[in-house]
Amino acid sequence: MPQIAQLGEFYSSQIFWLLIFFGITFFVVGRGMVPKVMDTVASRDKQIADDLKAAEAARAQADAEEAAWRARENANRAQAQGLIADARGKAAAATAQRLAVAQAGIDATIAGAETRIAEARRSAADEIETVAADATREIVSRVAGLSLDDAAVRGAVKENLVHG
Amino acid sequence: MEGALSFIGDRETRVAAEAKLDPMHQFQLEKLAGADWNIAGYNVAFTNSALWMAIATLALIVFVAGGMKRAVVPGRWQMAVETFTGFIDGMLAANVGKNGKKYVPYIFSLFMFILFANFLGLMPLGVVGVHAFTFTSHFSATGVLAVLSFGIVLIVGFSKHGFHFFSLFVPHGTPIGMIPIIFVVELISFLVRPFSLGLRLFVAMMAGHVLLEVLSSFVISGGNNGPIMFVIAGVPSFVLMVGICALELLVAGIQAYVFALLTCVYLNDAENLH
Repeated sequence: MPQIAQLGEFYSSQIFWLLIFFGITFFVVGRGMVPKVMDTVASRDKQIADDLKAAEAARAQADAEEAAWRARENANRAQAQGLIADARGKAAAATAQRLAVAQAGIDATIAGAETRIAEARRSAADEIETVAADATREIVSRVAGLSLDDAAVRGAVKENLVHG
Repeated sequence: MEGALSFIGDRETRVAAEAKLDPMHQFQLEKLAGADWNIAGYNVAFTNSALWMAIATLALIVFVAGGMKRAVVPGRWQMAVETFTGFIDGMLAANVGKNGKKYVPYIFSLFMFILFANFLGLMPLGVVGVHAFTFTSHFSATGVLAVLSFGIVLIVGFSKHGFHFFSLFVPHGTPIGMIPIIFVVELISFLVRPFSLGLRLFVAMMAGHVLLEVLSSFVISGGNNGPIMFVIAGVPSFVLMVGICALELLVAGIQAYVFALLTCVYLNDAENLH
């Protein structure tokens, strides 16, 4: 087993060169290079974290802006609805007023017409009374030979017209 | 065997060829340069082991440097490096907590150094004539890493908690009468840590490489002993080797992970004394 057989001859060389080369490894690689490599990793991690944070902030801002826009939009819509309701109310009122005016005119016309009809009916009735009274008196004088008082004939005719 | 290898040539060459079938030969250390380099009387020759430590270090530097483009959107290479640093960071965060961040350079170096050493040792470089050497199969190398980790645990523990660090050896709710015994038991289990840490890695790597070497020698010996033996012993061994190679890749990763994870657990003891 050379490890033991050659120990006496080579142990100092083994120890010396191992310390030399492990020392070089430790100081050049371990102390010199590894911290830089780890710095790179750390700065990359930091950058990623920062980017994520920035993205998160941007999203929060976008959310806030969207909420503000939505509120504005809702207000505008409500205002528009108000304007429409207002216009509709005004239009309805104007229509109602015009209808009322037209109704009033129509009512007046109807009332006038009714008055005239009633007048015509009454005058027609009077005329019929007069004609009937004249006819009655003529008939009575011809048939019975009686000369009747004008007022009495007229009263009887009126009574018969009312009851007949 | 003697007859099967007789085509190779004279006896010396044959002996050398047979020696290559020695499964322990792969762990042999060789001086490549500086056989007479001494520091305070200790020889520090540059060996094949040191060469592969250098290669592992270089490969690791190239690998991590390739991931330093610092792009916001990472490429594949950068992604791979960041996955490893993130893995170590997560392991420390899970085992030590927030205080663990400062150990990332050490644990990362430890994990990647062992991982690269294990993987480089498994590379099929023999195909192009280069023999990969797994220095993590030597306890003289893994022991240094284990002692280093243990030393850091001791320094952190005593500098942070002072002598109160000894309360680590007395778990909560220990009856008063039991404290002396428990203290000794816990102290021994604590002191064994660097040995178990270093030996685990060394044993796992050595066992895997020996197994692969033994199986490959079955393939070659089977082939040398005629077609029947090749079918009976060589082919099944080769199929098994393919499976064991996959297993060894897994072990290479797991052992590096276990070494780093246990260091994290021990650091947690020192950092967050119960």
